[in-house]
Amino acid sequence: MSAILLAVLALGAFALGYIFYSRFLAERIFQLDPAFETPAHALEDGIDYVPTNRYVLWGHHFTSVAGAAPIVGPAIAVIWGWLPAFLWVVFGTVFFAGMHDAGALWASVRNRGQSIGALTESVVGRRARTLFMVVIFLLLLMVNAVFAIVIAQLFVGFPSSVIPSWFVIAVALGIGYLLYRRGVPLLWPSVIALLLLYGSMFVGDAVSLALPDVVLGMSPAVAWVVLLFAYAFIASLLPVWMLLQPRDYVNGLQLFIGLGIFFTAVLLANPSVVAPAYNQALPADVPPMLPLLFVTIACGAISGFHGLVSSGTTSKQLDRETDVRFVGYLGAVGEGALALAAILACTAGFATLAEWEGFYTSFAAGGINAFVQGGGTIISAGLGLPAHFGQTLLAVMAVLFAATTMDTGVRLQRYIIQEWGHIHDLAVLRNRYIATTLAVAACLVLAFGAGDGAGSGGLTIWPLFGTTNQLLAALTLVVLSVFLLKKGRPTVYTLVPFAFLITMTVMALLVQLRGFWDAGRYVLVLMDVVILAATIWVALEALGALRRTGRGGPGAPSESELVAHE
Amino acid sequence: MGGGRRRRFGELLREFYEGRHRGALAREKREEEDLFMLLVFAEMMGIENPAGYYTLELLPLLYEQFHDWHVRMGMDRSPLDHFRCC
Repeated sequence: MSAILLAVLALGAFALGYIFYSRFLAERIFQLDPAFETPAHALEDGIDYVPTNRYVLWGHHFTSVAGAAPIVGPAIAVIWGWLPAFLWVVFGTVFFAGMHDAGALWASVRNRGQSIGALTESVVGRRARTLFMVVIFLLLLMVNAVFAIVIAQLFVGFPSSVIPSWFVIAVALGIGYLLYRRGVPLLWPSVIALLLLYGSMFVGDAVSLALPDVVLGMSPAVAWVVLLFAYAFIASLLPVWMLLQPRDYVNGLQLFIGLGIFFTAVLLANPSVVAPAYNQALPADVPPMLPLLFVTIACGAISGFHGLVSSGTTSKQLDRETDVRFVGYLGAVGEGALALAAILACTAGFATLAEWEGFYTSFAAGGINAFVQGGGTIISAGLGLPAHFGQTLLAVMAVLFAATTMDTGVRLQRYIIQEWGHIHDLAVLRNRYIATTLAVAACLVLAFGAGDGAGSGGLTIWPLFGTTNQLLAALTLVVLSVFLLKKGRPTVYTLVPFAFLITMTVMALLVQLRGFWDAGRYVLVLMDVVILAATIWVALEALGALRRTGRGGPGAPSESELVAHE
Repeated sequence: MGGGRRRRFGELLREFYEGRHRGALAREKREEEDLFMLLVFAEMMGIENPAGYYTLELLPLLYEQFHDWHVRMGMDRSPLDHFRCC
């Protein structure tokens, strides 16, 4: 199977999805109105509410939602063969993610730019809001733990990525200083930063920096995880302008460049997919594809995290309501394209099936190294670069995605803990240092509590992260469905995906529960049980809200409450 | 690239740079300013301020922000007896 053919099929499907399905959603379901005054105009304050050019806004939205997750998920999931992962990414993006992201954006725009969390309270109820906070906290906890493990795995597997990955911090600090303190225009610092970044990859390629076999009694992978959290602790306490903002910016630029490089290389190298379409020779520890595929690939097919971004920041900057289609739907398509790149790298970047199988010896191995190895081979072949340079480039790309997400994730966790301090009047929790320490400690417990987690570089915990993400997406779809129902619009396009997600989530949780229990990983058993309880709760709240709304009886939020701004 | 187009591109980059963190930055700036307000109004509220002699000069400049500040600090009414704004 030619990789170009797969890429064309998928990108063609995305294009059709945008042209036909998103138009159908925009015209029939959401009924976007160019005359509607968006919150960016109605509540313009120059800070949160700012009407923004739709291309720039799409850039923000896409770079906020894209990260390491749409790479790691597919990289693991191709162990079942390329076809299931490919189909789920294509159909998931077109019918689930595009609708979900645009829908969350639209619902938020119609409700004064409120976040999905706030909408949950007004549409479904106060209990559901609490549930929502719990799910988000778990999601952040898992994302930080899992990304630290991913980065450690990359540093150990590809030591050439170590120097550029840390060097980019210095570059970001430089940009932050020049822009914020010196007011230098952005263009030249950006160009120089990118030159420095890619130049440092050549340096890294020449000078690999691997940790010794034992560091203070820890294996290299464990030592990296500890180091990364030490870094995240400091980074999340620094002012936003100093590190996070320029880091996000450099990361956004290299995302576009990286995607461009990869698809160009695929086009020029025209590699063949060596992995089986449907893997018959699965390693012993691989769980059943149904339901695990649908939670292993979350970002890239549908992801609740996108709803947070859609309704958190993007909705407050939307210039016209009709931009929902462009920004929301194409944001999901961008993420789908990244997942597609990951699938191609992990299946077509190998010379033989045996070489591919060498990377997929177990489910917990995680596949991220296959992504770097395979993708690197494609890039080097396509663009005529030195053999290892392609690998360094992709390893750094994946590390930067994961690390930027960790920076933000630990910071958000700190905010949540501080907020609890305010709500429950606990001065201790309000202290930023204590809150950050708690956040980092919780992540470390999870990273090491996952049993073989950090020690042997396993990613056992990944599907649990995906499950939580899907749960969040399901919750968003409930809110969207209730909102549509109140407006007398069809809900089948949101409720069918909701039912599918909830079913897969519950099944996946049960399968994993059994696996964690048998392996004696009780931290994960506990997490699994909590998430299972939350899932059942979501389903019950959803049914309750839909029935209340359907009857229009007491307890149903009034139309004016929901659409106060219309 | 012509000068005008380059400037436009620079503006787009700038928007791309700033957009995502505008809110967070504004909040951080406001926190700093809130602390500054406290320093300036400290003496009037009975808190010793060794720099009081110098901050006194700033009072007229900050009067306009005083109401917003005390509301934000959780005081619905002005905390100063001789200084009413609401």
